[in-house]
Amino acid sequence: MTSTLHPRFTFETFVVGAANRLAVTAGRTVAENPGSAYNPLFIYSGSGLGKTHVLMAIGHAAKAIAAQLHIEYLTLDEYVEAFHAAIAAGQGDAFRRRFQNVDVLLVDDVQFLTNRKEMQAELLRLTEALQQAGHQIVLASDRPPAEIADLDERLISRFSGGLVVDMGIPDYETRVAILRRKAEERGSNFQPGVLETVAKVEFPNVRELMGALNRLIAFQAVNEPPMNEEAVRKVLGIRSGDAAAASPAAASPAAASADEFSQFLTDVTATVGKAVEAWRARVAEAVLRWEGEGYRTGRLEQLLDHETPPAVDEAIAAYVQDVERLKALEAEVAVLDPQAAGDKVFRDPGQLPAAEAAAAKVRDGAGPPPAPSAAFPLDGYCAGPSNEIALKGARDVIAKPGKKYNPLVIVGRSGLGKTHLLHAMGLELAKKKHAVVACLSTQQFVDELIAALDGNRVDWWRARYRRATAFLLDDIQLLAGKERTQEELFNLFNQFLDADRQLVFTAPAHPNTLDGLEERIVSRLEGGLVVEIQEPDKGLKRAALERLLKSQRVAADAALLDYLVDRPVESVRNLGALVQRVIEAAAAQDAPLTAGLARDVLEGAPPPRRTLGTRTSGIVVSSAGGVRSREKMVWDWPAAADRVIEDMR
Amino acid sequence: MSLVNFTAREITCKIVYYGPGRSGKTTNLHYIYGRVPETRRGRMVSLATQTDRTLFFDFLPIDLGQISGFSTRFQLYTVPGQVYYNATRRLVLQGADGVVFVGDSQARQLDENIESLQNLQSNLLEHGVDVRAMPLVMQYNKQDLPAELILTPPELEDALNFRGVPSFAADALHGTGVFETLKAISELVLKKLAAGSPAV
Repeated sequence: MTSTLHPRFTFETFVVGAANRLAVTAGRTVAENPGSAYNPLFIYSGSGLGKTHVLMAIGHAAKAIAAQLHIEYLTLDEYVEAFHAAIAAGQGDAFRRRFQNVDVLLVDDVQFLTNRKEMQAELLRLTEALQQAGHQIVLASDRPPAEIADLDERLISRFSGGLVVDMGIPDYETRVAILRRKAEERGSNFQPGVLETVAKVEFPNVRELMGALNRLIAFQAVNEPPMNEEAVRKVLGIRSGDAAAASPAAASPAAASADEFSQFLTDVTATVGKAVEAWRARVAEAVLRWEGEGYRTGRLEQLLDHETPPAVDEAIAAYVQDVERLKALEAEVAVLDPQAAGDKVFRDPGQLPAAEAAAAKVRDGAGPPPAPSAAFPLDGYCAGPSNEIALKGARDVIAKPGKKYNPLVIVGRSGLGKTHLLHAMGLELAKKKHAVVACLSTQQFVDELIAALDGNRVDWWRARYRRATAFLLDDIQLLAGKERTQEELFNLFNQFLDADRQLVFTAPAHPNTLDGLEERIVSRLEGGLVVEIQEPDKGLKRAALERLLKSQRVAADAALLDYLVDRPVESVRNLGALVQRVIEAAAAQDAPLTAGLARDVLEGAPPPRRTLGTRTSGIVVSSAGGVRSREKMVWDWPAAADRVIEDMR
Repeated sequence: MSLVNFTAREITCKIVYYGPGRSGKTTNLHYIYGRVPETRRGRMVSLATQTDRTLFFDFLPIDLGQISGFSTRFQLYTVPGQVYYNATRRLVLQGADGVVFVGDSQARQLDENIESLQNLQSNLLEHGVDVRAMPLVMQYNKQDLPAELILTPPELEDALNFRGVPSFAADALHGTGVFETLKAISELVLKKLAAGSPAV
């Protein structure tokens, strides 16, 4: 239902002139501070003058600054259609909720509110709700609010309460700039003076201006030699010396008299353009432009105090170069430490060295988030039936991070290899282009937050994680009772999900059985894929043993492997401990590593048989049996007579 | 008053509508007010008597927005036409960048027109301004009245426009000639700026 923002409709592709500068400046301000600058922003202009372009540009700019913002662009008709569909489906409340959660709502063609009382009431309700929630609403129309027929007074006052800006017909200079840019975009070159001749025609809107350019491009493509001014006049039907006569607006006296002020404004603009020295105009335009973007312009303003023209172009170019550098620094710092990016030093080209120093300081202090440990490679992770689902899930996540299972939650008892698998995934994800993988224990996450709170660097701390492309957190049960950390994780969680960035967690049990975790976090964890790692099966143990022995450069005979595989252990970690004991014992005794030695070490060697007074029970202890240690085994039995006497006592 | 302030990047034009009582000066401003978008105009201040005679002056600020990087504003004033308000007229004229003389085309008002024009000249002189140096445009208003009551523009030209400044026949009530007059005076004022000689 909602239209997507056209990728070409950005502020960068919009030609700004006197007639639309206010609207563009207001639009940029709104994009930079949605909900706080001008709310609502109401833009109106005749058809074809760029309302939709500016509306979409606001959306693009807002998204570029804060990617997490929920931005919706739609025409009033689409809004009405959605409303009717929702009402028909009995989903009126869902419809309202949907739009109330939008951070920046861009509504086009608001003039169609005429005679739609129910939609006016709905839009009034929505505008109020968005304003109260600090969300931005931008509206575009072909006429000001007061001139939309039959519009509710409350809506008029609500719209007028923000900022109402109009976009006029572009002046000559703007028309030239538009034509040049569009011709360049289409790879067309015209002889000097050709585009200027077209621009002299006062087209009532940019669309018709583009139509004229299209005709020229098409004409030039099939004709030789290249077009000159005379040919342009012929193609567009312009009478020599009377460019404006070709304008449809000029051809219609009624239309001309209907907007006397616009005409007057155009005339005055031309007169002022001639009256103000060109170099002053260039400086003033530059001041206005950069001031509108929030940069300090003292350096440029000083130029205006000169009586004679200084090296204006060089000065402006140097200023622009410094601004571009500031922008780059600010963007870099914003990623590392959003709080620091707000420093006014990044808005003053006169303080570029200070800005460089500030950025360097932030750069020094901003380390990447904790990375996965190289000690846990994926090819060192043993697979078996007990962990195959978890491993399959991990491989899917590695193949399509953020797309298939998000979040992935690996559960299982301690020592089953959750941490290994987590770090192994992290290492694999980190191999991807531009990947920044945060992989750490929950305890470290909590400790870092406490330190950040203590040092008043929470923004910096958040930014470290928010720039990660994947976030892997071990032992999430340790979040229990840590409300602030859960709050931060919740926000991080949502951002990662919105941006399709991968989240992986480990826990000893299913999230919904863990105590002390907030419901909102539990529900999100359960909303992904929860995979369980079981106790190691024999196949897994055998593979793990082979790997362990190989890593110790120990040749393992089959009997030893069989013996160790049969040992009842709860985890691979415990198995590793057993193997280590056996290897150490073999080294200490300088004996070969055999199943017998292993049995002696792990179960204890049988003592020499007594020859007098005692005898063994004769029990044969199976390596797979229930008797596991020498301490629990009765090796020496008293003689039967002695036992009877003892019992009788 | 400085027409242009480079440091503040402002151009402010003060234009005074001058002329005899009931010639249509306030009507000019009302018509302009009605055509300027709400966002570009300030509140029109009008101090009038119960019979709509201007008591002190009318004032209409218009914001033309940014032109060539300069914040451009027009301030339109009218003076009270009645003879006995000369002190007010002189005050309003102070700092004017241009004057629109609104003449009453009715034949019986010719003397009042001439008297008012002389009054303009003398008041400017009071401010040390030679009327020949002041951008001036003539408007012959009420040309919609029956032909037998009014003088034609050529007749009025002969009687009033001895300096040969731009002139316009007008019907301010219905807007004819209003914006043409405003445009002409604006051009004269701004051309002075280009010539590098600031107004009064």
